[in-house]
Formats: sequence, structure tokens, C-alpha cells
Amino acid sequence: MSVHTLPARGLPLLLLLALALTGCVDAAPETKIHIDGSSTVFPITEAVVEEYARAHPEARITVGVSGTGGGFRKFCRQEIDVADASRPIKESEQRDCAQRGVRYTDIRVGYDGLAVVVHPANTWVQSLTVQELKRLWEPAAQHRVTRWKHLRPEWPDAEIHLFGAGTASGTYDYFTQAIVGTAHASRGDYTASEDDNVLVQGISTDRLALGFFGYAYYEANRAKLKLVPIDDEKPENGAGPVAPSIETVKNNSYAPLSRPLLVYVSRPAGRRPAVQAFVHFYLEQAPRLAREVGYIPMPAEEYRREQAKFAAFVSQSHP
Amino acid sequence: MNSMARNRLADRIFRVVGLLATLLGLLLLAIFLWGLLRTGLGRLSGQFLSSLPSRFPERAGIYTALLGTVWIMVLTALLAVPLGVAAGVYLEEYGRKRRWAALLEINITNLAGVPSVIYGLLGLEVFVRFLRLGSSVLAAASTLALLILPILIVATREAIRAVPRSLREASLALGATRWQTIWYQVLPASAGGILTGIILALSRAVGETAPLLVIGVLAYVPFAPSQPLDEFSALPVQIFNWISRPQHEFGVNAAAAIIVLLVITFGLNGVAIYLRNRWRQQLP
Repeated sequence: MSVHTLPARGLPLLLLLALALTGCVDAAPETKIHIDGSSTVFPITEAVVEEYARAHPEARITVGVSGTGGGFRKFCRQEIDVADASRPIKESEQRDCAQRGVRYTDIRVGYDGLAVVVHPANTWVQSLTVQELKRLWEPAAQHRVTRWKHLRPEWPDAEIHLFGAGTASGTYDYFTQAIVGTAHASRGDYTASEDDNVLVQGISTDRLALGFFGYAYYEANRAKLKLVPIDDEKPENGAGPVAPSIETVKNNSYAPLSRPLLVYVSRPAGRRPAVQAFVHFYLEQAPRLAREVGYIPMPAEEYRREQAKFAAFVSQSHP
Repeated sequence: MNSMARNRLADRIFRVVGLLATLLGLLLLAIFLWGLLRTGLGRLSGQFLSSLPSRFPERAGIYTALLGTVWIMVLTALLAVPLGVAAGVYLEEYGRKRRWAALLEINITNLAGVPSVIYGLLGLEVFVRFLRLGSSVLAAASTLALLILPILIVATREAIRAVPRSLREASLALGATRWQTIWYQVLPASAGGILTGIILALSRAVGETAPLLVIGVLAYVPFAPSQPLDEFSALPVQIFNWISRPQHEFGVNAAAAIIVLLVITFGLNGVAIYLRNRWRQQLP
């Protein structure tokens, strides 16, 4: 019987192969860079890594999207070298890093604006004030501010359908901090998704919808959505309602819904030439790539300042 | 109408209902495949298969994800097959009279029904964190090996159970030990069933997404793994990543990648059916 020999010869061979495969554990940690964190910063980091890998084929850089908070957790556990963040590191996260003896520096690579949008057939909303947004999104609004006329009496007596970033995203942290005043405080009765595409789909198919997400997603879906200008009622920030645009985010008049894009580099990572080269490349390419992925680059002198700051961090890192 | 005519009518009605039920499944599959092929087939090309991931949908390819999937498949098989077959042989040939073997049996059947995301959480704690494997090919393959182990054990047991008693008795009567009987008679005779089980289990492992996402398989890996501790991407993760992007062109890429994944799983299932038929003919 020919089938006789199959398992007899096959099994030891398989085991040998398994040993051989697990035996050649030979990592080249010098060229590896692990990046994880904010899904907001991901597009620009991805673009930079793609360009960098094209110029340096030996580089082994991976990018994950665990969210800003998830990224910092891994960062402080030293599971990653660079953390993408769409907000500055929180005090609790700073403590976490300090406890584990992880020192780091933050580097600003650009800006993002949050867009508040409604369905294109929405004829009544021409602008919103930060106060109105707060009344709409604060925890006390749940089950109480449920119709458009609750916001302004002249608006229709129709349900308002809310869409927003999921509670694990940096976008949610940022929106609640900027609008409600406390991070992570909002009503719970809205359609939440970590996936901005789901939000775009939801708002663009619902005439009574209102939602918020990154300006980049508005740019990519301009035709399906109507942008709402925001008035923070502080004349020093530009009087009246301001719509987000490259100009209004850069000159800070689209407050409070624009935010910095940051990358954090740990001290052990900063000692490695591969990481240094990568961060330099990042800041060099950020002005072009930020615009390409729909974010807002900083003025050139700010990039020079960040380069100098990182160079100082590197020279301090060496004992 | 007498009772015989009524029964005939009932028979005919059941036949039509059964036919409709079968057609419904086939129709849904056809609609799904048609939509998929219409969207994705035009995107499939050598360039798509051999390109690195990219932020430009027209430049992006599945090279790293495809290699990642192949790596996972091979490593998962290497880890799960010896364990699963050995456990199946033990339970069927040695341990079947013990009381706790019955308990084991119930637990293994239950394990086969545990949602895959739970295995992902287990893999995250045990392989990624505790054993410090990181989000590597090895960690993912170990997790998927755990996931398909119950399927393998059940398949092995069923294949072994189908081996006629007379074959064992003849071997033992000729003076062979129990182990010799298993190695030279039972395993070769049940190899078809075991291989079928292995391939079906692997085709399930290849399509799994949830455990990979939980153990942290990364969104963007612009290189193929070269050893088991390398980070990697996999086809299901790449598809998930593309679908969650707002640009429509990435949806087309995802459809093309789904076609590749389907070809792999259909191919594996086809091999399984072929093996099953071949071995069935050979058995006395």
C-alpha cells in the first residue's frame, strides 16, 4: 500500500522544518522601527513611512492604529519606539511612562481640524456656536435635546440624529475637551464609530443628521456633506462663525476645533541612528505630505524649530 | 382525495421547498460572487499581487499581506497538526475508556464553538505579552493553531473511528504492538480523513480576522516577513484596513483582495474534496 509511508516519513520531516524555522530567530533590531497610536496621525505617518521605505529599502518600519491612548500604553511599556498622538500626552499617561522609567520628547508635525457637518439638504443650519454645540453634546443633553427646535426655536420640530467618533478615538477625546470642556464627557445616545467612513455614510444619507469628524474626511467627501461654520464667540479669534480651512486652522481662528498632530519618540529609540534618520525625514517631508493627506502643515520655521528640538533631545540622550 | 394522493402531494411540496432552500443559498452566493468579481476582477494583476501597500490605491498591492497569510498558514499547520493529530490518536486509541476522557471530549467540542475573538484575547495575553513574541507571525500562528486545534482533534478522531476494526485486529494478531498498529495501519488508513480535516481547518484559519486584529496585527507593514518573529500583515487584515478607508478606490482594492482570499480558501477546500474522494476509493 503506497499510503503506508506517508505519515511515517511526513511527520518527522514536518517537525524538523518547524525546528529549523523557529531556530533562525535573527532579528535586526537596529533597522526596525515600531510606530503605533492615533488613527488621525496614521495617514501622514503612513505616507512618510512609504516614502522613507522607497528611499531606504533596508528600513523595517511598521505602523499600527491602536488610537492615541492605546499607543501611549504601548509606548510606556516600551513595546513601540514612536507613538502617534492627536493630543498631548495626559498626566496619567505621563505617570505611567515615568513609573516605567521611559523618557521621551514630543514633536509636532502638523495640524488637523475637526469638521462639524450636516446633510446637504439641511437648509436651516447656517452656523453653530460653541455654546450650542456644548448644549447639544454635553452629558445632560441626553434624552432632552433631541429635536432641532431645542437648539434654536426657529429650527424645525424634527428629530436630530447625531453621529460622532467612538469613545476610544483621539477625535472623541479632542471634541469633548474642546466643546464640552471635560474630556470623555458627552451624551451617549448618538451613533458612535471609530471608523470615520461609517460616519460619512450615516450623515450623507440622513437629512436630520449632524456629526463631527476629522477635516480630512470632510475633504474626501465634500460633495456628500455640508460644512457648518463654528462661532466660538471670542472676537480675538476672528469674529463670527468660521469655517475650517487651511488658512483658518493655521491662523488659529478656527478655534477650538483644530488640533496638533504629534509624534512622541522615546529616549532609547532616540539613541538609534535609524530612528534619528527617520524623524529627520519625517519633519522634512511633513509639509508636503500633510497637505497631500488632507491635513494642514505648519509654517516652515516651526518645522525648523522641531528639528532643532529633536537634535537637542538626541544629544541629551547620549550619556 | 385519498391518503395516498395526499401523501404524494406532500412529498412533491417538500421537494419544491427543499429545492427552493438550496437555490436560495446558491443564489445568495452567486449575487455575492458576481458583485465581487464585477468590482474587483479588473483590479487583479501581477502588479497588484507584487506591490507593497501604499496610500495611493492604484499603486497599492497585497504582496506583504499575501506572504503574511502564507507564512501564517505554514506556521499554523506546523504547530497545530502534530498536536491535533496526536491528541486525536490518544483520545481515540488510548484514552477512550477513562472517565475523564469523556470530560475532555465534551470540552474539546465546546472549544470548537468558542468565538474566535476570545482566542485572540488569549493569544494577546499569552503569546504577545507573557511570552513576549510581540505582534509577530509566530504569535499569530500560535493563536490560530489554538483556534483550529479542536477542529483538528475532532476530525482526526472521526477519521480514525472510520478505520475498520478488522484492520487493527489483524495487525495485533500478527504480533504488532499498539503503537506499530497505529503508525503502520490506522494512521495510513485514516490519512485521507485527517488530511481533509487539516485542510478544512487551515482554510478556516486563513480567513480569520478577529483574532489577528486583537493580537495587534498592524495596519501598515511595507515589508514581507523573513522569520517567525517578524511583524506582518495578512490578507483579512489588509481587506479590513482598505474597507475602512473613505476613498472608493480602496474598496475596489479590497474586492480584488477578497477574490484572492477566496481563491485560496476555495482552492484548499477543493484539495480537501479531492483527497477525500481519492482515499475513499482506495479503502477496502
